[in-house]
Amino acid sequence: MGDLGALFLRAVFVENMPLTYFLGLCTFLALSRRTGTAFGLGLAVIFVMGLTVPLNQMIYGAVLAPGAWAWAGMPEVDLSYLALLTFIGTVAASVQLIEMLLERFLPAVQASFGAFLPLLTVHCAILGGNLFMVERSYDLAQAAVYGIGSGTGFAIAVVMLGAIRTRLAYADLPGGLRGLGIAFVLSGMMSLGFSAFAQMAAQ
Amino acid sequence: MAAAEGLWGTLTAPLIRQNPVTLQILGICSALAVTTSLDTALTMATALTVVIVCAAGVISLIRAHIPAAIRLIVQIIVVASMVIVVDQFLQAFFFELSQRLSVFVSLIATNCIVLGRTESFARANPPLRSMVDALGSGLGYGLVLVVIGATRELFGAGRLLGIQLLPLAEEGGWFTPLGLMLLAPSAFFLLGGLVWAMRSLWPEQVEDTEFSPHEIASQD
Repeated sequence: MGDLGALFLRAVFVENMPLTYFLGLCTFLALSRRTGTAFGLGLAVIFVMGLTVPLNQMIYGAVLAPGAWAWAGMPEVDLSYLALLTFIGTVAASVQLIEMLLERFLPAVQASFGAFLPLLTVHCAILGGNLFMVERSYDLAQAAVYGIGSGTGFAIAVVMLGAIRTRLAYADLPGGLRGLGIAFVLSGMMSLGFSAFAQMAAQ
Repeated sequence: MAAAEGLWGTLTAPLIRQNPVTLQILGICSALAVTTSLDTALTMATALTVVIVCAAGVISLIRAHIPAAIRLIVQIIVVASMVIVVDQFLQAFFFELSQRLSVFVSLIATNCIVLGRTESFARANPPLRSMVDALGSGLGYGLVLVVIGATRELFGAGRLLGIQLLPLAEEGGWFTPLGLMLLAPSAFFLLGGLVWAMRSLWPEQVEDTEFSPHEIASQD
């Protein structure tokens, strides 16, 4: 259990998706103008990552990994190059499914983050999380913890950036820095803060 | 002549003035992660350009046959197949580089620039024009990558493409490497500065103030 807890903290802080791996930056910057939007996006990412990473771990282990077809007498078959296509398909299908289920059973939740779900089909953080899961060969429990952890990391970062950017309304910025420019500088400072976690983990 | 000029304009517009990274906030996910050194930045820029040009060509060729309802799925599949080809090629011939790029080559599949060009341009234009447009976007992306990659490698390690240009202090020279340049935050700062510089040169790109304090007060 201790290992899983450490993995969770590691995924949230040390290997923060947007701030240390630069994944999911498109939505990170585009949807963090207000805290409310950022919060909805964060929830949606946690949800989709928590679902698709373990799901893809099972699919990869059962069908795509080298040697997965040994039981059928074909131990030399290696389909791992299809991982990318499969993962995109799984993510797109899960997103669609979640959207339909929410609309049917939980309209209140749908109203809070449903609008962001279609965007997550081509979200770098989610696909990146799935690919990291393969690269580091996590088992099912680790994959689930890692998925929820890195989703949470994304959510924390995007809500923080949203809160800071709302405050920026009171700042008198030079024209060229307004909007995208200052968002980059802010992310840089947050990233600087998060690299402190990396130092803590190293010790 | 007009057609040729049109093509030239399509090619050069995204290089600086309509740059996909700094103006449209597209494709930054990978733009920052692979720029710790110039050679990874160059590889990534080439890989993306190849993928985007091929994908735009293919989608433009079959554009009349794609049903509108499933066009995104078709586009993603075409792009992802191209990415797999490029990824396998890199693993076969440049194994060490592909190890350093890790998952980021695969992530070209979700790069917003690629999908943005196929969705907004290749779907409605003939193959040659789409491919030129895609080449322009790819090169514009590559330009930003190369600028940031070169800056980070030069000031972070005193090297360019692995060749020591600035003599290091610990080896008797005068240059002390800036460790920050090799860490994540510097990429954000550099890109922020680049955006600022470009928007100061072309003031029409400046964004409006996002909202006024009064608006927030009334929202709560």
